[in-house]
Amino acid sequence: MEAADALAPAAKRSAGRRLADLFHGRPRLQVGTLLAGPLGWLVIGYIGSLAVLLIAAFWSVDSLSGEVNRALTSANFDTLTSDSVYREVAQRTILIAAAVTLTDALLAFPIAFFMAKIAKPRTRGLLVVAVLMPLWSFYVVKVYAWQTMLSSGGIVNWALDPLGLSGPGYGTTAVWLVESYLWLPYMILPIYAGLERIPDSLLSASEDLGAGPGTTFRRVILPIAFPAVVAGSIFTFSLTLGDFIAPSLVSPDTQFIGNVVYDNITTNLPLASAFATVPIAVMVVYLMIARRLGAFEHL
Amino acid sequence: MRKSEAHPARVAWLSLAGIVAFMVLLAGCGSSSDETTGASSEALQKVGKGEGKLDLVAWPGYVADPWMSDFAEQTGCKVSVKEAGTSSEMVSLMRTGQYDGVSASGNASLQLVEGNDVDPVNVDLVPKYKTIFSDLKNQPYNTVDGVNYGIPHGRGANLLMWNSKDVKPAPSSWDVILDPKKAAKYKGKISAYDDYIYIADAAVYLKTHNKGLGIENPYELNQEQFDAAVNLLKEQKPNVGEYWSSATKQISSFANNDSKVGTTWQYQYFALKGEGKPVASSPANQGFVPKEGATGWSDTWMISSSAKHPNCMYKWMDFIVSPQANAEVAQYFGEAPAQSKACASQTLTAAAKAIGVDPNPGFCTQYHAADPSFWKRVYYWITPVADCGNGDTDCKDNNAWIQAWTDIKG
Amino acid sequence: MLRLGVAITLAFIYVPLLVVAIYAFNGGNSIEWPLPSLTTHWFSVAIQDHGAQQALLTSLKVGAAATAIALVLGTLASIAVGRHRFFGRETVSFVIILPIALPGIVTGIALSDTFTQVWGISLSLFTVIIGHATFCIVVVYNNVVARLRRVSGSLEEASADLGAHTWQTFRFVTLPSMQTALVAGALLAFALSFDEIIVTLFTIGAGQETLSIWIYNNLFRTTQPAIVNVVAVLAVLISILPVYLANRLTREEGGAGGRGAGGGTEARAETAAMP
Repeated sequence: MEAADALAPAAKRSAGRRLADLFHGRPRLQVGTLLAGPLGWLVIGYIGSLAVLLIAAFWSVDSLSGEVNRALTSANFDTLTSDSVYREVAQRTILIAAAVTLTDALLAFPIAFFMAKIAKPRTRGLLVVAVLMPLWSFYVVKVYAWQTMLSSGGIVNWALDPLGLSGPGYGTTAVWLVESYLWLPYMILPIYAGLERIPDSLLSASEDLGAGPGTTFRRVILPIAFPAVVAGSIFTFSLTLGDFIAPSLVSPDTQFIGNVVYDNITTNLPLASAFATVPIAVMVVYLMIARRLGAFEHL
Repeated sequence: MRKSEAHPARVAWLSLAGIVAFMVLLAGCGSSSDETTGASSEALQKVGKGEGKLDLVAWPGYVADPWMSDFAEQTGCKVSVKEAGTSSEMVSLMRTGQYDGVSASGNASLQLVEGNDVDPVNVDLVPKYKTIFSDLKNQPYNTVDGVNYGIPHGRGANLLMWNSKDVKPAPSSWDVILDPKKAAKYKGKISAYDDYIYIADAAVYLKTHNKGLGIENPYELNQEQFDAAVNLLKEQKPNVGEYWSSATKQISSFANNDSKVGTTWQYQYFALKGEGKPVASSPANQGFVPKEGATGWSDTWMISSSAKHPNCMYKWMDFIVSPQANAEVAQYFGEAPAQSKACASQTLTAAAKAIGVDPNPGFCTQYHAADPSFWKRVYYWITPVADCGNGDTDCKDNNAWIQAWTDIKG
Repeated sequence: MLRLGVAITLAFIYVPLLVVAIYAFNGGNSIEWPLPSLTTHWFSVAIQDHGAQQALLTSLKVGAAATAIALVLGTLASIAVGRHRFFGRETVSFVIILPIALPGIVTGIALSDTFTQVWGISLSLFTVIIGHATFCIVVVYNNVVARLRRVSGSLEEASADLGAHTWQTFRFVTLPSMQTALVAGALLAFALSFDEIIVTLFTIGAGQETLSIWIYNNLFRTTQPAIVNVVAVLAVLISILPVYLANRLTREEGGAGGRGAGGGTEARAETAAMP
C-alpha cells in the first residue's frame, strides 16, 4: 500500500482510488459491502415476505364481505389440524413427491452414468444438449401435451388399444407420470456432474481388486454419487410438492397441496396462507437433511 | 490488523431479526380494510364524455363481438374484458381496483357491496333501465337498503348437459349425477362445478328427494340440512371426473369424451353444439331445467368504487340493456334477457342474424323471460348468510360453505 | 443393456415433445388421435396473433430486467462467498438457494401477500420482475462461484502485489476470468424467467401476460387449438442457439468437460436452471 502510494503521482488521489484504499486490507468491510445488496434483497424481499405469509396465516375473512380481517386468530391452524382433509391432502402430495423422486433417480442414473463414463466426448456433448433441450419448451405446454396424450381419445389409449390395455387416464397415476417426466432433467444433470467427478482410476482399482460391476456400483459409485442424487432430489421433490397446474390438467378431480392453496386464494386467503406453511416446513426440513448429506456441493 | 468492532455473524443475525420484526410490524399496521360497511359513496350525477377505455370483469360470453365492437364504435370506449370462472374470482379481481365494472351474480354482488368495492348506480342515468322486467328490479341481490347497486343483465338456470350418444336414457332429473347408484354408471365421466356454491345444487336436489329435511331456500341451510347436502356431494365425489371452473376447459373435456354428463352453462352447450358434438340438455318444454328445478343466476352490472372510466361504464350499462345488444348477448349466451323490449320479434331476429344463429322469434317465451312464476324453480346464486330469515340465525354462513368445499373434494 | 436404458429414457423425454410438434400441424378441430389432417396454417396465424406478440414482448422485458438484477446481485454474493472466508458462509448459500428450493406456489403467495396487503401496491410487471430476480440470483451465483473455485485467488493477490488497487484488480483480473460464467449464468437466468409461470401468476397485474401465461390462458381455445403448440415449437427452435451457447461457454478450455475435479461445471451450471 505504502509503496503504491509512493509511486503514484503526488497529485490528489481520485475518489475512486480513495474508496479502493478504504476497502483494501479490510476483508470484513469488503464482505459486508458485497453482501449488503444481495442479502438485503433476499432477506427483506424474500424472507420478509415469508414472514408476512406466516402472519397472514393468522388472519381471517369476514363472512359477509369476504374481506381479510387482520385480527390475529389461530382459527386457520385449528381448521388444518381438526379437519382431516388437509392432512390427507398433505400426505397424498408428499407421497407422490417421494414416488416421483424415486422414479426420476432410477431413470436418471443409467443415462447419467452413460454420459459421464462411457460416451465419447462428442456424444457426451450431444447428450447434454439433448437432455437440456426439453427445459426450454414451456412447462405448461409439456403438461398440456400429456393431457392430450392421456385423454380418452389420445395417443396413449390409441397405442395400448391393440394390446387390449388402456392408459391410466386422468388421476393420481397420471400426476406421478407427468411430474416424473417434467423434472427428470433436473435429476440427470447433478448425477451426471457427480459421476463425472469420479476418477476412472478409482473404478479400475476396484476392478483390479476383484469387484464385479455390481459390487463396484454398490460400494464405490453409489456412495460417491449419493450426494448428487440428493441434490437432484431437492428439485424433483420441491417442484412436485407445490405444483397445481399439472394436477388440475391431468387429475381434475384430486386435490394436492398446490390445488388447495390456489383454490382458497380467492375465497379464503388467510387459510391458503396457513396451508402454504406446510410445504415450507417440509422443504426446510428436507433442505437441512440434504445439506447434512452434502448435497449443497452438488448444486 | 484492524480490530473488529462487532462479530459479523452476530451483526448479521441481529439485522435479520430486526428486518423480520420490521415486516411483522408493517403487516400488522399495513393498509387495513375499510371499517365502514354499507356506507354508500356517491353515485354519479351526470354522465360525461367517454374516457376512451373500459376494463370489465365478466362471465365468458357476456362481452364479445359483435356487440363489443358496436359499443366501441358508438361511444368510443374500447373494451377489454377479463373473463372469470367463479364469483369469488370476480370479487378478487374487483378488489385489485384495476377494473371499472363487473357482471356480478348474487353471491358476488353482496360481497362487493359489503366490501365497499362498488358504488351505487344512479338508474336515472341509464334510460333503458325503465323497460327492464320489473321482477328483476329492486331485488335483494342488487338493491341494499333501498339503494340500487347495479343494472340487471339477464338470468338463467344452470344446465344439466350430457353426451347424447353415451348417456341413455336421456335424464330428466339431477339424479343421474347426484344419486350415488345412478352416478356410479358414469364413474369418472361426471363434470361438476368447482365452487362452494355448488352445495346449493345438492340442496335443491334434496328439497325434492328428501322432504323430511324441510329445505326451503337452498342457500339458507341449518346444520342438519347442510350436513345432508355436503354428504350427498361427498358421495358424488368418487364418480366425479373433473371439477371445472374454466368454461373453455369444460368444452374441451366434453368434446374429447373425457366428460359425459354434468352441470354446465348454456355458453358451453352452444359451443359444443356449434362444433357438432353430440350433446343434449333438458328440453325447452321443461324450461331447460330437470324436474327438481335448478340453481341459476340473475346477473347485475356493477360499477367499481375505484373505476377509472366511470363515464364509459355508465355508457356500457345503458348499452348492454338496450334492446338490440341485450337480445344479442342473451341469444349468444343462451339466457333470458333483462330488457323487455329485446323480446320484440324484429329485435330478436335482427340480433340472431348479427350473431350468426338461426332466427328464433319465440326465444323469450322459450327462456321464460317474461314469466316470473317460472323463476320460482330457479334459485339464483346468492351469498349464504347465518341469518335464516325466519328468526333463526343458525344457518351456515359463507365461510362454512367455503371450508366444506375443500372437505368435499377430499 | 445400458444403451437400451439410455435409449428408453431419451425416448421418454422426447415423445411428448414430438407430440407437441405434431399437434402444431393439427388440421382438425379436436385433439383426438390420429389427427384428421395436417396443415401449416397455424404457424402464420400464431405469428400474427396480437396477444401472443404482446406476451412475447412482455416476457422479453421481464426476462431482461430480472436477469440484469440477478447478474448484479448474484455476482456480488458469489465474490463474497468465493473469495472470502467468513462465519455464516453456509447460511448465505442457504438463503440464496431458498427462493428456488421452495415450491413456486409458496414464493408466489408470499410475494403476493406482501405486495398487496403490506406494501399496498398493485401488481404489475414491476412486481413480476422482483419475483423473477429473486429466484434467478441463485443461477448466476452458482455459475460464478463454480468459476471462482476453479480460478484461484492467487491471480488477484498478484495483481494487488503489482500495485493495482481494489477496483483495478476487479476490472482487469477478476471480471475477465468470470466473463463466460457471467454470460452462461445470464442465459440460464433468462431462460428460467422466460419459462416460469407459477410465481408469475401470483405477481402479475391485471391485463398483463407473459408468454407462459398467454399459453396457459389459451390452452383450450375452441377455435384455434393448435396455436399453443405452434408457439411452443417456435420457442424450442429459437432457443437451440442459446442452449448451445451456454453449453460451450461453461465447458472447460481445452476439451469437452474433462473428468475429475474440474469437470461437471457445465452440468452444475445447467443444473441451476430451474422452473
